[in-house]
Amino acid sequence: MEAILEPLGYSFFLKGLLVAGLSGALLGFIGVFIVLRGMSYIGHGLSHSIFGGFAAVQLFAAQFYILGAGLWGIASALAINSVSKRSRLGADAAIGVITTASFALGVALFARFGSSGPSFENALFGSILGISTEQIVGLAVVSLLAVGFVFLRYRALLFSTFDPEVADVSGVRVGRIEAQLMIVLSLSILATLTVIGVTLVAAMLVIPAVVARMLTDSFGRMLAWSTAVGIFSGLVGMYVSYYAEVPSGTMIVLVGAAIFLIVFAFAGSSRRRKSAGLDSHVEPVPAATVVR
Amino acid sequence: MTGTGVGPELIRLTGVDAGYDHQVVLHDVNVHVHEDQFTGIVGPSGSGKTTLLRLLLGIVKPMSGSIDQRPNLRTAYVPQLETVNWDFPITVVECVLMSGSSAQGRRFSTPWASAREKSAAMLVLERLGIAQFADRQIRQLSGGQQQRMFLARALYRQPQLLLLDEPTSGVDVSTRHDVLHLLADLHEDGVAIVLTTHDLNGMAAHLPHLICVNHRVIADGTPQDVIRPEVLEQTYGARMEVLEHLGMRVVVDDHREQPSRVEA
Repeated sequence: MEAILEPLGYSFFLKGLLVAGLSGALLGFIGVFIVLRGMSYIGHGLSHSIFGGFAAVQLFAAQFYILGAGLWGIASALAINSVSKRSRLGADAAIGVITTASFALGVALFARFGSSGPSFENALFGSILGISTEQIVGLAVVSLLAVGFVFLRYRALLFSTFDPEVADVSGVRVGRIEAQLMIVLSLSILATLTVIGVTLVAAMLVIPAVVARMLTDSFGRMLAWSTAVGIFSGLVGMYVSYYAEVPSGTMIVLVGAAIFLIVFAFAGSSRRRKSAGLDSHVEPVPAATVVR
Repeated sequence: MTGTGVGPELIRLTGVDAGYDHQVVLHDVNVHVHEDQFTGIVGPSGSGKTTLLRLLLGIVKPMSGSIDQRPNLRTAYVPQLETVNWDFPITVVECVLMSGSSAQGRRFSTPWASAREKSAAMLVLERLGIAQFADRQIRQLSGGQQQRMFLARALYRQPQLLLLDEPTSGVDVSTRHDVLHLLADLHEDGVAIVLTTHDLNGMAAHLPHLICVNHRVIADGTPQDVIRPEVLEQTYGARMEVLEHLGMRVVVDDHREQPSRVEA
């Protein structure tokens, strides 16, 4: 018990715990849509892209680097959406080009000019030190925005995630919903970068959602489970990070990965492993009775 | 069964060229869909059947020509079974309900369905004989039940025009029979139906109206007008024999040197 209570005496840890729990909840919540849309790679790409914006914007307007990086991330997300839809490139190729170029730009700018904000290492792997009240408020606002967006557009989001073509024909503005989801995703990544880190955010988008998928066949319950797994990973990861003296992002992700392994081993029937996209499987060949 | 299209017009395609990436798949299409129509679009793979269906749906835009649609036309679409992820975590009734709020044109809706919406969804599921599976995850249905669930989702929108892409692909003979009868019932209830099919004997021959497509409309009429060796040869590029059996046309491959033809 003392091991749990002792770090709570430090205000930096309390702030870190709050931000880690909220970050886990937010990424777990949004991650359900990302995983079910088969866009797991986009979280990885966007966080790297935002890193580029982060480095570039602070050169010109250090005080606005968060805003600049956010806009950069949103622009990247919309560009990926647009490139993958309007050309023969798939989304994975579009993400590969746009976001890695942005990341490379960020690394180059960091190397050449340094940083007036977080250190290079903290930006990559996350840190609980120096979390400001503004960052906590920002994360809370983005979390509320994400919940509000999902609550008000739940059916349209569900329909366009499950069957975008029929949703489009049925009157759902699929393009608009996808763009809105990309904006919420970009803001979520930006708001959680401080604690989780650029390279590890993608894992927290994917792991809670995949664990939740193995636990339930209901979309509503999957949202709840994924959020809960995200919170648990964030809180436990922070404690482990504190005692092990390693970056917070690494431990949060490792706790999530441990939960994944446990659920995979004990609760995940072969059907649910397949459902979560963890087994390669071949769709049944239709027994068509085609008469030519 | 009527259904050759003499009632008020729902959609009219006039001189339409359509395709993808500047490549024309369909040329100079003139097709009308009427309120009382029950039509099958037939043709070989890659002939433009699905493109024609997607033109009617508004998913594909014409490269030239025009499409006129009755204002506020309620259309529902049943895609091929293979197009969705059956491992998606939703139940049968959730799948049916998801098309509801958008059909009513509401911008926002609550995540949960009202008692009225649930009861309307259950009525549709009962009509299709799958109400007992309402709370099952969608992967746990057979191919025929999955097809009925897609039909239920479409009917929940109370469409005036129902478009189906290969509705009997991947289902057994008995289910195909059931689907055909169900569509006939819907047509009797006043829903216009247009579907694509590969199945000339099991499906197309039973429909009141057919459109033969091979990058253009080859023929358009009743099975008696359309299922003829010369039309099928133009459509499929292969000679086929057409037999008469109990007033129905039956198509068989013709391996002989000279094709046998039905007397007109």
